[in-house]
Amino acid sequence: MYVAVKGGERAIDNAHAWLAEERRGDPAVAELTTAQIREQLRLAVNRVMAEGSLYDLDLAALAIKQARGDLIEAVFLIRAYRTTLPRHGVSLPVETAQMAVTRRISATFKDAPGGQVLGPTFDYTHRLLDFTLEANGEAPVALRAPAMAAAVPHITSFLNRDGMIEEAPHDDTPPPDLTREPMELPASRATRLQAIARGDEGFILSMAYSTQRGYGRTHAFVGELRIGMVDVEMEVPELGFAICIGEIELTECETVNQFKGSRTEPPQFTRGYGLTFGQNERKSIAMSLVDRALRWKELGEDYTGAPAQDEEFVLMHADNVQATGFLEHIKLPHYVDFQSELELVRKLRAEVAASAMQEAAE
Amino acid sequence: MTDQAYNFAYLDEQTKRMIRRAILKGVAVPGYQVPFASREMPMPYGWGTGGVQVTAACLTPEDVLKVIDQGADDTTNAVSIRKFFQRTAGVATTEATGEATLIQTRHRIPEAPLTEDQILVYQVPIPEPLRFLEPRETETRKMHSLEEYGLMHVKLYEDIARHGHIATAYAYPVKVEGRYVMDPSPIPRFDNPKLSDCPALQLFGAGREQRIYALPPYTQAVSLDFEDHPFEASKAPHDCDLCGASDSYLDEVITDDQGGRMFVCSDTDHCRCRREAGHVGRLGTPITEGVS
Amino acid sequence: MTVSVDGADALSGGFADPPIDAARAFRACLDVMARPGRIAELGGAVPPAPLSVAAGTLALTLLDGTTPVHLAGAHDTAAVRDWITFHIGAPFAGASEAAFAFGTWDALTPVDRFAIGTPEYPDRACTLIVECDALEPRGARLSGPGIKDEAFLSLPEVAAFRANRALFPLGFDAFLTAGTRIAGLPRSTIVEDV
Repeated sequence: MYVAVKGGERAIDNAHAWLAEERRGDPAVAELTTAQIREQLRLAVNRVMAEGSLYDLDLAALAIKQARGDLIEAVFLIRAYRTTLPRHGVSLPVETAQMAVTRRISATFKDAPGGQVLGPTFDYTHRLLDFTLEANGEAPVALRAPAMAAAVPHITSFLNRDGMIEEAPHDDTPPPDLTREPMELPASRATRLQAIARGDEGFILSMAYSTQRGYGRTHAFVGELRIGMVDVEMEVPELGFAICIGEIELTECETVNQFKGSRTEPPQFTRGYGLTFGQNERKSIAMSLVDRALRWKELGEDYTGAPAQDEEFVLMHADNVQATGFLEHIKLPHYVDFQSELELVRKLRAEVAASAMQEAAE
Repeated sequence: MTDQAYNFAYLDEQTKRMIRRAILKGVAVPGYQVPFASREMPMPYGWGTGGVQVTAACLTPEDVLKVIDQGADDTTNAVSIRKFFQRTAGVATTEATGEATLIQTRHRIPEAPLTEDQILVYQVPIPEPLRFLEPRETETRKMHSLEEYGLMHVKLYEDIARHGHIATAYAYPVKVEGRYVMDPSPIPRFDNPKLSDCPALQLFGAGREQRIYALPPYTQAVSLDFEDHPFEASKAPHDCDLCGASDSYLDEVITDDQGGRMFVCSDTDHCRCRREAGHVGRLGTPITEGVS
Repeated sequence: MTVSVDGADALSGGFADPPIDAARAFRACLDVMARPGRIAELGGAVPPAPLSVAAGTLALTLLDGTTPVHLAGAHDTAAVRDWITFHIGAPFAGASEAAFAFGTWDALTPVDRFAIGTPEYPDRACTLIVECDALEPRGARLSGPGIKDEAFLSLPEVAAFRANRALFPLGFDAFLTAGTRIAGLPRSTIVEDV
C-alpha cells in the first residue's frame, strides 16, 4: 500500500535544529563572537553591509555568524531585516570631499594636493600564507601620522578646472529608491548606480573585467580611490538646520575615461563613479567601470553589443539575493510541470513510433 | 498564536498599502502586469515571495487559509508558508478546499470548483508570457501596449510544424478578455480551462519580477490555439490508483526499480475527500471516517 | 485644537486597530472592485464631513505619503485637509496629478481631467471616489469582468463611464460611496442605460 510522503513540518523543524548544530560546529572549539567577526573579518562585514544596503557593523557580523559565513545568505538576512525598518527621514548627500581619508591614491597623477595615502591595503603584500597567524594573531602597532589638517580635494576637480573632464553638474533631483519603487527601464543613472552598489561583487567585477578585455572598452584609469569616514547629516525640520547623526566609512572611486569628443564638444575625459559602504575597493572600482560602460548612449558612443553596455542585462541580473533565490528554487518540487512534459514527450514519441511502423508497413 | 514581534501578516502597513493599490489596478485591468515594489521577504525569491506578499496584503483575521504546492498541502514549501501565516497573522488554516476563504497555490488549481467566497493567490516565477521569446522588458512592455502578439502565435505554430502539437505543457498562455496575453503561472495546461469564468477572484504575485496581476471572477481567459489545432487540456491517460478519479490531474510515482509506477491525484485534498466518500482506486484501500 | 460640529477633529477618527481595520477595509474594497455591482459595508474611520465614513475608511486604507490626492468641490475643506494630513500624509494635488480624487460626481466632472494611464503603464491611472447620496443595486446595467451575466448599480451618469470603457485598457477606476456603503466600478465594466 502506497502512503504519500507526510510529515513536512517535522522534517523542517528537525532540519533547522541540525542546521543550528552545524553552525556551531565542534562545541569543544570556542564560539565565535559577533565582535570578533566585526573586528577581524571586517571586509566580509563591509561586503554584507554594501550589498545588504544597510550600514550596521554589528548586524552584518551577526548575519555572517548566522549564515555560517555564506555572505550571500548574510546579505539576504540583512535585506529581509532592512525592509521591515520604518523610515524616519532622508539624510543629506554625504560630502566625500570632506572625508577623513585613511587611504587615498591616484593612478593619474604622481602627486596632488593631499598627497597619496597608501593606507591599510593588501596591494603590496606578498601573498604568502602567514603561518604565524595560526599560532597567534598579534599584530605590531603601525606608525601613525598626524591627521590631515584640511579636507582633501578630489583629483577630478583639478582636471575639471581645465575643462579636461566632463562636467558633473549639480543635481538636486531626489534619486529614486529601488527598495521602494519597482525598477523602470530605461533607468536613470542614479537608479543604475544604486542597483550596481547593491549588486553582487562577483557579478560587477566580471562585468567590469569584460570591459577591460574589450567588451565595451572604456579605457579607465583610477583617477582617485579614497577610503575614510564621512559625516551623515540630516535636516531636522523642528530645528531648521542640519545636524550630524553619525559617521560612516565609505570607499569612493572615480575613474577617468577616454572620450574622443563630438562635433559640438572638444575632446575631454569622461567619468565613471563607484561608492560603497566600508572599505570595499574591488567593488567600488568595478562599479565605476560598469557605470561608465552603461553611459554609452548619453555620451553618444556606439553600442557594440557588449554585456556591460546592456543596461537591462546588467541591472536585471546584478542582485545576488534575487539570483540565488531563483536559482535555488529549482530544487523545490516541480513534479506537476515535469509530469505534464513527461506526458507530452510520451505522446510525441508514440506518434513517431506509430508513423515509423506505418512507413515500414508501406 | 500570533507572533507579537511582527505586524499583522508580517508586512508593515505602508508596504501593504502599496501592494493593495497594485492589486486593485490589476483587478481593474485584467491580465495586465502591474509593477510593484516587491520587498525582501524572510523566504528566498523564487519560493513564493510574490504570492506571500499578495496573501499578506489580503488576509483578514477571519480568513481560513489553505496553502498548496503541486496541489498538495503537505509539501515542505506549502508547510513552511502556511506556518509563516499562522505565526504572523494567527489565521485559521485548513487542508479542505471547500473550507478555505483564501488559497495560496504553486503550480495547481484545486480540482474542486472554487466559489465566489474564495480568493486564489498564485505564486508566479516569470510573469511575462513573452519573456522566452523576447528577453527585454522594454520590448515586451511595448508589445503588450500595441497588442502585438504575433510572435507568440509564431512560436506555438513552430511547435506544431516540428512536433505535430503545441509543445507547451505548462504555463500555457491565455488571452484575457480579448486583450492581454497572460502567463497563468506554471500550472499544467490541464488546469487552464479552470482559469476562465471562475467564480473566485484569482490574483497572481511575482516577487522577484515585481509584478502583480489578476483575473476578476467570471473573466474570460482563453488558451491560445489555432482553428486546425484547438487547445487540448491533457493529463496522464490513467485513473488515480488511490481514489479511482478519472478526471483529476495525476502525479506519477515510481514505486520500485523494476519500472513499477503508480498514478495518484496531485490534489491531495481532492483524493482524500473521494476516498472518504468510498471511492477506491486500483491500489487503494477503503478508508472510513475517523481513521487517519 | 479645533473641534468640528460633528465631533470629528483632525487628530481623531482614525482606525482603532490599524492593521486589522485596514485589512478588513481592503477586503471590502477588493471585493467590490472585483465584483462591480456588489455593494459592501465599509467603516472604521470617522472623517470630518462631507467625507463619508466609507470614503474616509478607504482613504486610510489605500492612501499614504506617496499618493497625491485631489479634493474636488465641497470636499476641499480645511477640516478634510487637516484630517488627511494628520492621518495619511498624502500630498494634495490638482486633478491631473492625482492618484486618488474625492468628491461628488458634479464636483469631479469633467472627468477627462484625471489620469487614465499610458499605453505601457495603464495602471498609472487615477481612482475616483464618487460620493453619492445613496447606492442601490438598480439603474445602469453592468457587464464584463467580475460580473456573472449582469448587474445593476445606481450611477450618477452613464455616458462618462461608457466613454471611459471605450478607452480600455486605459481609463480611470471608480469607487462609489454613500455613508458606510461602497461599490466599485473599474474601467473594464461595460455600462449601459436600461
